Amino acid sequence: MKQSSGMTLIVKTVTRVSVWLIILYGIYIILHGHLTPGGGFAGGVIIALAFLNLMLAYGRDFIKKWVNISFLHDIESSSAALFLAIGILGIAFSGYFLANFLSGYGTLYRLYSAGTIPILNIVIGAKVSMGLFVVVWALSIFHIDKGGK
Amino acid sequence: MTVYLLCFILLLVGLYGIITKRDLIKIILSLGIMGYAANLMLILFGYKSGAIYPILEKGVTPEIMVDPLPQALVLTSIVIELGITAMLVALAVRLFEKYKTFDITKIRRLSG
Amino acid sequence: MILPFFIIIPLLTAFLITLISGKKDDWAIILSIIAALSLLVLSVFSFVTIGGNTVVYNMSAWKIPYTICLVLDALSSFMLLIVSIISLTSLMFSIKYIRHLSPSWKYYALFMFLVTGMNGVIVTGDLFNLYVFLEIALIAAYALVAYGSKAEEFEASFKYAVMGSISSILILVGIGIIYSTTSTLTLASIAKVLPERNPQVMYWVGGIFMAGFGLKAAVMPFHAWLPDAHSSAPAPISSMLSGVLIKTLGIYVLIRFFFNVLGAPDIFMTIFLVLGSISILVASFLAIGQWDLKRLLAYSSISQIGFILLGLGIATPLAIFGAVFHILNHAIFKSLLFYNAGTVEMAIGTRDLRKMGNLTKALPVASSTSMIATLSIAGMPPFNGFFSKLIIIIAAVQAVHPGYALIAVVGSLLTLVYFMKVQRYGFRGEELIEKPDVKVGLGMKASMIILATLCVVTSLLVIPGIREVTLESVVSVITGKTDYIFNVLGR
Repeated sequence: MKQSSGMTLIVKTVTRVSVWLIILYGIYIILHGHLTPGGGFAGGVIIALAFLNLMLAYGRDFIKKWVNISFLHDIESSSAALFLAIGILGIAFSGYFLANFLSGYGTLYRLYSAGTIPILNIVIGAKVSMGLFVVVWALSIFHIDKGGK
Repeated sequence: MTVYLLCFILLLVGLYGIITKRDLIKIILSLGIMGYAANLMLILFGYKSGAIYPILEKGVTPEIMVDPLPQALVLTSIVIELGITAMLVALAVRLFEKYKTFDITKIRRLSG
Repeated sequence: MILPFFIIIPLLTAFLITLISGKKDDWAIILSIIAALSLLVLSVFSFVTIGGNTVVYNMSAWKIPYTICLVLDALSSFMLLIVSIISLTSLMFSIKYIRHLSPSWKYYALFMFLVTGMNGVIVTGDLFNLYVFLEIALIAAYALVAYGSKAEEFEASFKYAVMGSISSILILVGIGIIYSTTSTLTLASIAKVLPERNPQVMYWVGGIFMAGFGLKAAVMPFHAWLPDAHSSAPAPISSMLSGVLIKTLGIYVLIRFFFNVLGAPDIFMTIFLVLGSISILVASFLAIGQWDLKRLLAYSSISQIGFILLGLGIATPLAIFGAVFHILNHAIFKSLLFYNAGTVEMAIGTRDLRKMGNLTKALPVASSTSMIATLSIAGMPPFNGFFSKLIIIIAAVQAVHPGYALIAVVGSLLTLVYFMKVQRYGFRGEELIEKPDVKVGLGMKASMIILATLCVVTSLLVIPGIREVTLESVVSVITGKTDYIFNVLGR
């Protein structure tokens, strides 16, 4: 039998289908953060779990080969910087940090509403998902370097 | 009152674990228990019997909702605890690398 | 309007550092020095202009019960000034030291998070926001203590992290109790509402916060993490932790909470006095027994924190002036001593006092500045430490606390004893040490000389004319007690 990283074929096949659904669900939670329970953090965690699912099913080597970890790092820190930038835009437009300068647009209770809050949710979602995945990835890297004996 | 007492007992369970356990991982888990007890306490402070979830929808007024602020606080404190737990686990892994054990009675190069 | 920038600048710098630096640390150094310089300029500006005023800044343009507010008054701008001075010199010291230890941009990013957390704790006017910033500072501190990747450092960091988390959970429980009683988290509103609703809760919460923030300040029964963490960390980080972190997270919050929010109830002032005296005496005796230079300095930090608490506990304006002055002085000379210890460790590779000798030829700057710092901390006349300790002792006598005055005198004599030991064995011993191969960087020398100059210059602050325009407004914020409510909420 061929030596391959990760779990069995069944798990891999199921993961291949389900990962996209999980990511989609995470995006849904993030986008509806200002209307329903959840939001940037919860949706971000769901997306990070999708990546973790991939890592568990296919093994670390697969992630190392196909996912550019430093790119995830960059997404994480740039989304945090973006959050601050939106806050500073609040100062520029209405004089207060994180002021909701887009609040006049959209209709209440609809997806297109709540001004900057959905944007902040998206930014936080990106930050949390990438951050959480990179944290777990970094912890698993330790394990590779010095075997757990 | 009973729920607060139970909550306090949960806090003490966590503290007991931190004080008596020798395993790094068990200490981290006990810290988690303590943190959950504190979070539970915050949620209980915001609870109103018979009230609904605090989400603004058509035809819902704020009077019949539970207090949303403790829930926001708990979400924040969960994030903080996530960070601390990740930090502690990373430290535990690195300590294991150095000492080849999780037993705190064997990890004592520092004195006093 | 400058208020949010005390938080935005270091936070943005931290994220930019993680974003733009590749393998090298050049950009990280440049960015963080620029950030620290601009913070210094901002804090000097705010300290000069604030006077007796209070500036309130509402985040997100909401009004006070619904928003997180930032509050800047004389006390917070004074603390911001200390943080800025120490963080700038610490960064200057770090450049060469961290390149020698293990160069990485991660150090500077974490450093900026530490500064973010401390500035946030200082400027915030909201209890839960304070908790969040406190955790930011602490997580950065845990990581920085373990930065050198040695076994002892991980051990110290783990111990610090566990004890710090326990105290943070206690603080969270305290915040929950306060919220359930007062239905508000703004410090000023809490101060207004708490005595009306249920004065009994004040004692419960006071006790919990005394333990929680007392652990952050390393007051004596809660001190166990400090000698490990502060002696294992890299030298510039030790100076940040000992110099400002225990003061902003511990002493500053204790002042804010017990004086400005609770209005300085007598029972807590007594606790301050007792804990302060225990810290002074026990930590001094423990410090005398140490042979590890940085460990000795760490124990000395606990005993000097005791002096500050003693001054606060006496609670007369003069004593509080002494305590506030001692916060500034201790930040300056303790940071300087940690820089000296770091220089010695980098140059001759040991911090055991028995293995050191006469360093006057080998490390002229370090040994001469260490002499100044020693004289300051031991309370010798021309230097700043003398005045703050003298004021605390005089205030204790004036307030008819002769016992505590005696404890302070004994404490400063013991300080002299263990610092004579440092000088006798560490810097001016018998065996002459040759010039080491490792070159002490320009930034390291400059930061030591700046702080040594400040040791002398800050003693000018006791002169009546200067004292009125600088520290008196800080003292009046503390002695004003619950005037804080009117300053923030308006009459």
